[in-house]
Formats: sequence, C-alpha cells, structure tokens
Amino acid sequence: MSLALIVLLPFLGALLPGLMIRAGRNACAVATGSVTLLALILLLAEAPAVFAGEVIQARWEWLPQLGLNVTFFLDGLGLLFATLILGIGLLIIIYARFYLSRRDPMGQFYSYLLLFQGAMVGIVLSDNILLLLIFWELTSLSSFLLIGYWKHLPEGRQGARMALAVTGSGGLAMIAGMLILGQIAGSYDLSVILQHGAEIQASPWYAPALLLILVGCFTKSAQFPFHFWLPHAMAAPTPVSAYLHSATMVKAGLFLLARLWPALAGTEWWFYLVATTGLFTMVMAAWIALFKDDLKGLLAFSTVSHLALVTFLFGLGTPMGVVAGLFHIINHACFKAALFMTAGIVDHEVGTRDVKRLGGLMALMPITGTLASLAALSMAGVPLLNGFLTKEMMLHEALRTEWLGNPWIIGLAAGVGALFSVAYSLRYVVHVFFGPKRDDYPSKPHDPPFGLYLPPLILVIPVVLIGLFPEAVAGQVVAVTAQAALKGPLPDYYLAIWHGFNLTLVVSLVALAGGALLLWRHAAANRLRLAVPRPEAKRIFEALVRTLVSISNRATDVLHNGSLRRYMAVLIATSTIAGAIAFWGATHGPGARPLTHASPVVILAWAVLIGACVTIVLAHHNRLLTLVIVGVVGVLVSLGFVYMSAPDLALTQISVEVVTVILLLLALNFLPKESPRESGAPRRARDGLIAGLSGLGVGALIFAVMTRDVSSISAFHLENSKPGGGGTNVVNVILVDFRGFDTYGEIIVLAIAALAIFALLDGALRGPAARRLQSWIPDQERARDRHPMMLVVATRVMLPLSLLVGVYIFLRGHNEPGGGFIAGLVVAIALLMQYMASGYGWAERRMKLDYHFVTGVGVLFAGFTGVGAWVASRPFLTSDFEYFTLPILGELGLATTLIFDVGVFLTVVGSVLVALANLSRLARSTEEPVSEAPMDVNPAALDQEAR
Amino acid sequence: MEILVASGVGAMTAAGVYLVLRARSFPVIVGLAMLSYAVNVFLFATGRIAINLPPVISKDAVAYSDPLPQALVLTAIVIAFGMTAVVVVLALRAYLESGDDAVDIGADDTESGQPGESDGLGESAGTGR
Repeated sequence: MSLALIVLLPFLGALLPGLMIRAGRNACAVATGSVTLLALILLLAEAPAVFAGEVIQARWEWLPQLGLNVTFFLDGLGLLFATLILGIGLLIIIYARFYLSRRDPMGQFYSYLLLFQGAMVGIVLSDNILLLLIFWELTSLSSFLLIGYWKHLPEGRQGARMALAVTGSGGLAMIAGMLILGQIAGSYDLSVILQHGAEIQASPWYAPALLLILVGCFTKSAQFPFHFWLPHAMAAPTPVSAYLHSATMVKAGLFLLARLWPALAGTEWWFYLVATTGLFTMVMAAWIALFKDDLKGLLAFSTVSHLALVTFLFGLGTPMGVVAGLFHIINHACFKAALFMTAGIVDHEVGTRDVKRLGGLMALMPITGTLASLAALSMAGVPLLNGFLTKEMMLHEALRTEWLGNPWIIGLAAGVGALFSVAYSLRYVVHVFFGPKRDDYPSKPHDPPFGLYLPPLILVIPVVLIGLFPEAVAGQVVAVTAQAALKGPLPDYYLAIWHGFNLTLVVSLVALAGGALLLWRHAAANRLRLAVPRPEAKRIFEALVRTLVSISNRATDVLHNGSLRRYMAVLIATSTIAGAIAFWGATHGPGARPLTHASPVVILAWAVLIGACVTIVLAHHNRLLTLVIVGVVGVLVSLGFVYMSAPDLALTQISVEVVTVILLLLALNFLPKESPRESGAPRRARDGLIAGLSGLGVGALIFAVMTRDVSSISAFHLENSKPGGGGTNVVNVILVDFRGFDTYGEIIVLAIAALAIFALLDGALRGPAARRLQSWIPDQERARDRHPMMLVVATRVMLPLSLLVGVYIFLRGHNEPGGGFIAGLVVAIALLMQYMASGYGWAERRMKLDYHFVTGVGVLFAGFTGVGAWVASRPFLTSDFEYFTLPILGELGLATTLIFDVGVFLTVVGSVLVALANLSRLARSTEEPVSEAPMDVNPAALDQEAR
Repeated sequence: MEILVASGVGAMTAAGVYLVLRARSFPVIVGLAMLSYAVNVFLFATGRIAINLPPVISKDAVAYSDPLPQALVLTAIVIAFGMTAVVVVLALRAYLESGDDAVDIGADDTESGQPGESDGLGESAGTGR
C-alpha cells in the first residue's frame, strides 16, 4: 500500500501548489516540499527491509486481460533511484523557492515539478512494463511543461518542443520494443521477464526488441545520435536543469538499461550497440563541452558525456561494469546537481553565465566558489573526491576490454574521454572563479542567500565523504543496488582509493596532466575545432521537421482540399464499391420468401414516387419546386407506412413532413430561390453514375433482405408488451419501456439540436450576418394580404380542436397508435399554424411559455421518471403500471411510462418551437414592417366605416 | 410489392445521393432529406412486408408485423427532422455570414467565381485556407 502511496503522493500533491500560492511563495514551497518529504519518509521506512534483501510488492488488477496491472515493487535498484529522485527533488524545491523571481508563476512550477516527480518515481517502482511505459510517457509530457516553463522565451519553447519530439518518439519505439519483449517472455511483469533472460536472448525477436528499447533509452538519456536535445533543454530555469539533467529524466534511460540488464545484456548485439554508443558519445560530448562558453551548455554536454560513461559501463555486459555504472550514477547525481545549482547561482548573482565574461569570482563569492570547485574537481576525477573512484573503475574496465579483437582501442578512447573531462571541469573552475577580478560584471557579484547555497552544500558533503571513505559510506548501498540489478552474485570488488600503482592509475594521471595542458592551450584547441567541419544537430533536426511538415502539408492539400463534394463523392463511391466487392466475394442463393401481391393503387403510388424522384433530380435548380416534391415524397412514404401495417410511423412521418417543409420554407426565405447551373456534363455524368450505382446497391440489398425469412427478438416484445409493459401498442411500449433508454437519449439529441439552432441563429443577429440581414431586400413579391382573414379565423377555431386531438393521441398512445412523439408534433403544428396565420408578433404576446424551458423540462421529466425507479430499488427507467376503474371513463391503465412520455411530448413541442421562434427572430431583424394586428383587414373597423 | 419497395428505396437513394453531390447547400439539404426517407424505409422494410397486421395486441389479430424496426424508425424520423433543421440553419447562417451558399471551400470561390467546379477528382486544387 505504501508503495502506491509513494507514487501517488506527488500526483495528488501537484494540486497543492496551485492552491497554496495564494497563501504566498513560502507557504507554496513548504507545501510542495512536505509532499516530497512525506513520500521520501515513506520510502526510507521501507529501506531497512530492502537492505535485508526483501523485495516489497504491491499489486492491483487493472486490465488483467491485456496483462496490464498496477504492480509496484521495490528492490535495491528502485530504492536507489527513488531516493535520488525524491531527495534531490526536495533540494530542488528549496533551491527553486529562492531562485525563481516574483514574476514567475511559482504555483505552476511546483505543480509541474511534482507531476514530473510522480512520473519518475512511477518508472522506477513499476513492476508491470506497460505501467512503466505510461509513466515513461508522462515524464516526456511533464518535462515538456518544465523545459518550456519560461513561455515568453523562444529558446524555451523550441527546446521544450525538441525535447518532446525526441524523447516522445523514442518512447514510441520503446512501446513497440516492450510489447515484443512481453510477447517473448509471456508476461508484462518485470519480475517474470527478468527470469527469462536466456529465452529472450535466444528468440529471433531479440534483436528488434533490443534495438527498439535502446532507441527509447538513448533518446531519453541523450546518447548519440539523439544527444542534441539536452543542450537545448537548458533554456529551462536552472532548478529544472539541475533536476531533470542530473538526477532524474536523463537517468531514466540508464535506469532501464540497468533494470533490463539481466534479460538483455551479455550478447554481442548488446555489447557492440550499447558500449560503442556509450564510448563514442562520451568522447564526443566531452570534446564539445570543452568549448561551450555558456556555463549550462558546458554542463549539459558534460552530462551527456557522463551518461555515456554509465551507458558504456552497462554495455560491457560484465557484472563489474554494472557495479561501476551504478556507483557512478550516485556520484554523478551528487556533483552534477551541485554544479548546476552553482551555475544557477553565478547566473543569478552575476547576471551572466557566459564564461568569456566571468573570472576572478573566488574572492567575491567564496562559498559558491568553494562548492563549485569541489564538485568540478570531483567531475574531473581528482583523487579524494567521489568522481575519482568511478573514473578509476571505468578506466580499469576499459583497459581490459577488446573491441573487434583490438585490445587497446577502448582503453585509448576512454583515456581520451577522461582527458577532455578533466579539461572542461578545470575550465569551469579556472575560467569562472580564478584569474584576475574584472570590473565589467553585469551586476555586483556576492554570495547568495543561505537558501540558495544550502542545497549544493548538502550535495557536496557526500561528494567529499564518499571520496574519502568509499566503502564505509557507499559500500552497502552499491552492493544492495548492484545485487538487485544483476539478479545474481556480486563480483569480487572493493571500493577503495588506493588499488596500488597500476596501468589504470597511470592513465588517470596522464589524463589529469593532459587535461590541464589542454586547458592551458585552450585557444589553440579551439582554433583546431573551428577548422574541422561540425554538423549542427539542431539545424539537421529542424530541417527534418520542416521536411516532414511540408510533406504532410502537401498531402493534406491534396487530400483535404476543401471540396466537400469531393469528400462526399469519394465516401459514397468507396462504400458502394466495398459493398459490391463483398457481394461478389460470396455465394448467394435466391430468396425463399414468397413475394407479396401488389394492388393497382400501390403500383400507381409507386409510379408517382419514381416520378417525384426523377423530377427532383431534373428540376432541383428550382428550389421551391424541390420543396414541393419533398413534400410529395414524404406523403407517399407515410401512405406506404399506413399500407404496410405501421400506423405509428405514418402518423409520425406525416406530422414531421409538415414541420420540415415549414422550416425549410422559412429558411428558403433568406436563401437564393434558384441554384445556378454550374456543373459541366462530365461532372453530372460522374455524379449520376455514383448516384445510380448506390441506389441500385441499396435497392438490391433491401430486396435481398425482404425476400428472406428471419427470426428476430421481436417475438419477445410482442409477448411481453401487455403483461410486462401494460400497453397493447407494441411500438409505443418498445419506445417508452423496453428501449426507454434509447428514447431518452434521442430526446436529449433533439433538445441539443434545438439549442444548436438557437446558438446558430442567435449569433446571426450580430456581426456580418446581421449587417447582411439589415440590408436584405426581399427578392420576391410579398402577398398583399399577409394574414388572410380566412386563415386566421380557421386556425383560431381549430386550435382548441387540434390541441384536443393532441391530448387524445397522447393518451391513447400506449394502447393504440399514437404517443408522445406524435402528440408533440401535432401540438407543435397547431401552434405553428397560429404563428403563420396571425403573425409572430401577435402570437408571441399570447404564448407566455419559454420554449427553451419547455424543452429542458421535457428532458428532466423523462429523466426523473427513470430515476424514480431507483426509489423503488429498480434499475434506471424500470416501469410500473396499475389499472384504475373510474366512474365514467371505465377501466384506465396508467403506467409510469406515461410520465416518461410526457417528457418526450414536451421535448418535441419545445424543440420544434425553439427552431421556429429563432427563424422568426431572424425575419424580424430585417426591419420589415411586422404586422402587430392579428389580421391585415379589421372586419370590425370595416363595419364601423360602413355605418 | 417487394420489388416496388426495393425500387422505391433505390430511387430515393439515387436522387438523394445525386442532390448531395451538388455544389450549393440547399440541394444538399434536400438530398439529405431524401436519403433519410430512403434509410427510414430501408430500416422499416427489414421487418419484412406485412399488410393489415399492425403491431397492436388484440384478440382478433392473426399475426403482427415486426414492431422493432417500426420503433427504431419512429425515433429515426424524429431525429432526421432534428438533423435537417440543424443543417438548414447551419446553411442559412453560413450564407448570411459569407453571402455565398457554395458547399466547397477553397481558393476557387475567389478566383473564378465558379465554386466547386475545379475540384474534380485527381485535380489538385489550390488552397485558400
């Protein structure tokens, strides 16, 4: 349990800084720090057990079918990394409190930092590799936020983007590699995978899996050729650089190399890929670091070089290499975090981190100078400091390793790398803190406040202590960690400063002397560097990105050219062709179901339908005529429904038809009345072909369906309609009872459609649309008699009748054709008629209801009916019914579904009228004179005149 | 009867598809309405054709038509109405905003005043976005 809590704490704590920042910067930092401290305490509480050799586990099932479970385990390796992450994280939080200025949003910073911290802890404690991958991606994302924290700086944004692109795509490769690995081992749990090392290495999939995983590790740990993102990520605030690039993010790749070492290491593939990459990167990055004038740039490349050193050690595939590599991770985390912090202090207090403008700072900032010098000398590998120990171990291993049968090349390269390393480390000390004092510092240098130099001070203490008493201070930690990483016996070794006078010591001393000499001749070396061509990784990367962007732009332009007609044509043609392929790819017999006889009336109706379809195609340029034909087709379809035993559908179709045509007419009022003829003959032929073929396909398909027998679940509905749903109209019972949830969803869709219409038309009352409306001139002659007396009188007489019909249709719906949908449409039409006959202004004053409100109430009604079932501890929308005997009406069945149907009814009425009301608002905004009187001719006035 | 229904559905589909492929918004909306008819009748017809057998339970009835497709189609009709209403209002708003009811977007509207005619398959139209 506490394992999961250690991982979760930073994530949960990420909410705190944003809240605490209101209480001030100190409160914010304290809150953030206590989250990390708490996680660290929980972690260290487990340490004694881990040192005793236990592996602590925690496990929850998540998606066991996919092999994805939330499993954590803590062994020596995980403990070391988690301690580094949380411990150095705590120091960074203190440091950042004093480093960030008042203008920087500190709450945001700490939130990002904790997110990142949680993701890192997740990586090192995950047992399941799929879970590990999730955390891995999370580190890429959260580090993006951290690197790009100073959003106003273009370098910050570019650096963050580059880091995300490189580590993110590496993560993708890693996912593929891990999946292969899991497939080979038959499990996604690390504890299982690590026991199948021999099996994995024998598999033909070993090489691809290894390659993909290494791409992930190398991108994260900035190994050649993916090293270039790390220096650019230095645009981040220094606390971020110190955290991400000394102790955490870049170490994630190394962690994974160590973690998977028992499963993957020991083969030729492993040695030549990992060790060679490490060795090459180590020498190359050290050489570049020597000439970086930006302090953080120098440290960035030195980091790349030191990461490469560890990669090289792991790549050797020997147990001793792992021991040395892990030991170096500890040492490097200490001195490099301290160095980044001192670089930040110099930047903060002097105002520049350009080496060329620095020097002589020792006298002005003695504390910073001392701390920086100790850390830098440790990085150089000077005896009595911790960096010396691991460099000796590395050189010792390098000197006895052959590369392609060559016994000295690795030793030589490692020696050269060490020499460069000495040179740039000394440069950090000599060119910044020593030399003559200058008089042109951007600001007055002095030692920083205590809070700013405390964290590096804490880090320098282990640098010295481990350097002096390696076995006593670090011996046990290294042993426990190495044992966990090796999953086997430890090699015979002893951590000590003095191993006797041997070749390793000679190389080490030569490197120290050579490094000093190189620094002395720095200017000459720089001329040499400038003379050879240097490929600029950033430029190559950007050119690559530009090419990719232009390729995808071009592809988008070709595929997505803005012609909606083309998309439509492609879509329809493709589905037609797909249907045809499926049809011809299978065998078919003729349908066995006997055909139904067609009466002459039916044939006549069919002929009218076909005629209407032909006419609408031929005459579609005349939009008004098109609408009339749509109406004709709608009526024919309703007739068809009546004839083919679907009275409910017929009622719905005919009422929908009325509403649709009215709405289309209202909209057409503002649209051109003619479509221009602009398609050429080839285009028309092409569209005609597509249309004809798709019509043929759909027609043939439904013919095939209708001529075959089927057994469906409908029998259940027919049997249970009366006993289960309390109604004899099966269609209505299905709607409000069996499939009530569907209907509920559908009225919500209808309500959303009404709101969308409102939003679209409301927006049209502002901006260019409104200007166009105001200058709108009706393009058709207006009727002289816009509200004819006959129509006005007739609709008013009919209103109560039609409302009564609506209520009747609604009430009988459960047993006879009818129901909420149809009743809603009928009532909506009755109200629509009032608006049309007497004018919107007149009708609106008499309708006191807000239609949005009606729509909303309808949805709520239906919803509450459903929730009502919960009160009776039944599932959502379960219905109940009871029969009542009333004096005059006789027996009356009442079901709870009736209330649901009221909801449907209200939603339909509301939605239709919202659409109408908003179209009318549009018309009223055109400054057309709106009749306020109910009729254009007032009979009463005429009467008076006559008298 | 089956032949008549099938050919009717086919004709409505064909007319709908042809109209959907037109260059102006109004015919496209009408085409969608035609397609909704076709689809609704299609779905309905999957319940097979039955005459004078409404799915209303009574003692006299000998058989019933399939109620399930009917229930599905009933809501489909209403939803199709909602969709048509939204689309027509969308088209109206677009027309009011731009003064043009062409369906296609692209450089062609501004260059030739002949929207949609240079978007033939295989031609690569320029982009005005």
